[in-house]
Amino acid sequence: MTRDILAALVPALPLAGALVNAAFRRSLKGNTAGLLATLMVAGSFVCGVLLFMGQEVVGAMHDVNMHQQDAHEGPAHVVKLFDWISVGGMDIPFAFRIDALSLTMVLIVTGIGSLIHLYSIGYMHDDERVATFFAQLNLFTFAMLLLVMGANFVITFIGWEGVGLCSYLLIGFWYKNPAYNYAARKAFVMNRIGDLGFVLALAWIFSVLGTLDYGEVMARASSIDTATVTGITLLLFVGAVGKSAQLPLFTWLPDAMAGPTPVSALIHAATMVTAGIFLLTRSSALFMFAPFTQDVVLYTGLVTSLLTASIGVFQNDIKKVLAYSTVSQLGLMFVALGAGAYSVAMFHVTTHAFFKALLFLGAGSVIHALGGEQDIRKMGGLKGTVKVTYVTFLIGTLAIAGIPGLSGFFSKDAILAAAYQEHPAIWVVSLLISLLTCFYMFRLLFLVFFGTYRGKAHPHESPLVMTLPLMVLAVLSIGGGLLNVPHIFGGHEAMKHYLSTAADGIRNERPELSATTEWTLMIITVALILLVILFAWNRFGKKATIDPEADELPFFQRLMARKWLIDELYAKLFERPYAWLSTQLDRTGERAVMVPLMMGPGGAANKAGQLLRRLQSGNTGFYLFGMVVGLIALLAWTLYNA
Amino acid sequence: MNEVITAIRAVPLEHYVVLSLILFSIGMAGVLFRRNTIILLMCIELMFNSVNLLLTAFSAHHGDPGGQVFVFFIMLVAAAEVTVGLAILVMMKRNVDSIDINQINRLRG
Repeated sequence: MTRDILAALVPALPLAGALVNAAFRRSLKGNTAGLLATLMVAGSFVCGVLLFMGQEVVGAMHDVNMHQQDAHEGPAHVVKLFDWISVGGMDIPFAFRIDALSLTMVLIVTGIGSLIHLYSIGYMHDDERVATFFAQLNLFTFAMLLLVMGANFVITFIGWEGVGLCSYLLIGFWYKNPAYNYAARKAFVMNRIGDLGFVLALAWIFSVLGTLDYGEVMARASSIDTATVTGITLLLFVGAVGKSAQLPLFTWLPDAMAGPTPVSALIHAATMVTAGIFLLTRSSALFMFAPFTQDVVLYTGLVTSLLTASIGVFQNDIKKVLAYSTVSQLGLMFVALGAGAYSVAMFHVTTHAFFKALLFLGAGSVIHALGGEQDIRKMGGLKGTVKVTYVTFLIGTLAIAGIPGLSGFFSKDAILAAAYQEHPAIWVVSLLISLLTCFYMFRLLFLVFFGTYRGKAHPHESPLVMTLPLMVLAVLSIGGGLLNVPHIFGGHEAMKHYLSTAADGIRNERPELSATTEWTLMIITVALILLVILFAWNRFGKKATIDPEADELPFFQRLMARKWLIDELYAKLFERPYAWLSTQLDRTGERAVMVPLMMGPGGAANKAGQLLRRLQSGNTGFYLFGMVVGLIALLAWTLYNA
Repeated sequence: MNEVITAIRAVPLEHYVVLSLILFSIGMAGVLFRRNTIILLMCIELMFNSVNLLLTAFSAHHGDPGGQVFVFFIMLVAAAEVTVGLAILVMMKRNVDSIDINQINRLRG
């Protein structure tokens, strides 16, 4: 019972915060609004922790029994709040599913979410619409929690749409800038394409199984024939591609950096964009039976990751580098998913949430320190002025680069191992991606913090309310790897075991590589990473080398700097034909057919009115005359009929 | 009272009808063609009373007092109506400084 109340409180608190902040947005002062929002998310986090501790016992008990009973559901606790849709054969309760997977996500979303809320108090301090900002941020947290906690696909879908909406609102938060509005619209439209796939998948699942409840779908997944399950999983993957910004729908995420930096950290790095990975893990029971879809997932992830990592190398906007890095890391997670290593993908989701949130908040702190400057060509030498930011950013960079001991090392190494098990060639490409990641991150680090200052502003360290989250996230980025220490380091893969209680896919993962192979791969990786860091230091650390403008680069690099011309391609392929079609329809359909059809009767009524208006002359004599004529006519009519 | 009824009955009914018709037509013509509001009110009274005359005549000829009772009611209501009409007339004179019926077209849209 207590668990039910706690589970209901987890999403209810941010919703309450959003409603209060939205209702009193004019009267609430910045700090009050921020504090309220932060406390709500923190309260939600506490509820999540309590749920986690309560569940741990069940999980341990289950571990003992797991070999005897082949329970498909795992130790899931379904909290049913009320009957929601009950029509004919369809019965969809408003229920939450509390298991290892949803709790992991709840802890990430609320934990990192509360840190970012706290940071936002400082970052958004001077904004005039600060209460609106916090209302939207809280609403996002609520929607994200619905997404991860839903006990059936429909609840997840509500959250899925909700986070899309909040993402749109927050990208366009500074709505006075038309470019930002364009970015927001772009994100929304691209997400809608993915959402369509999701909806179709839901309809298909329902028509095949007659239910959308996760437990039942998982239990009966094996009864679906291969062609159908392949179709369903492909459609689910389309949804994931939209939300998690993979090829061909990834171009919205770099543009989404138009939003305030805390938004980029929370929505477009740590939580919302990982919803696709969550969805695939949640429905891993379906994906297990669709090897073709798994291949599609793997190669989509691989190509996206490589492509965006190469773009990241030439970006000059601090947030854009991080944005492409995010897409690239998400691609790696899909590689893991495609290789069937669901726990590895979730592990990377967790560590990535730590260090990418840290990097984004660090970038925000730098931008804040320089009064809004985002161009890394105008930074440099900030090491001395913004010390806390520098140290934490350095930790984040080391973590994402995969320096042994830090969180990114463990998760990235696990992905590389999974890739190697799939095929050595995939391992090589994944390794190349990690090296590119390492290169552009150190380029960023050196250009921002090393050398001499190249800008004109007066850098100053951010207040404690902003640096405190940085420090906490830095600690998490260092220690996050301990969640899932592999056996070769004497660990027990705790997170994998924990998650395996929730997802079929994780129970069916491949056994680990032999210790020798794993050591070899790891040593090669680390050696190459160190080499790349040395190369980056030579190029950008000792003396800052500013890349020339895109036009002056050799062909291949120019293509990379121009983002492989994908935006231009889409403009040619979709935007222009669409605009052309719209113009044609405007000319033929709208102006030739619709306008006469609508304006004809309207115009006639108008004309009639103008004619009849003359009767209302205002002349009393005329009215009297009319009255008498009318009476006579009436009398005559009566007499005539009598 | 009986003498009155006898006197009324002395004249044939058609004469009353014709007289009443003439009076009503005069009143209506006045309403339609005159612009002076006082005359307009008087014409309305004329029309009223032509009807009253008719009612009385029929009442007497049919031996039914109901018609005459109605006449009293009508006269009562007409008196009340005239007070209102005259009040409007006074206001009109004050506001537009005229009692020409065509001057009160201020409500025209």
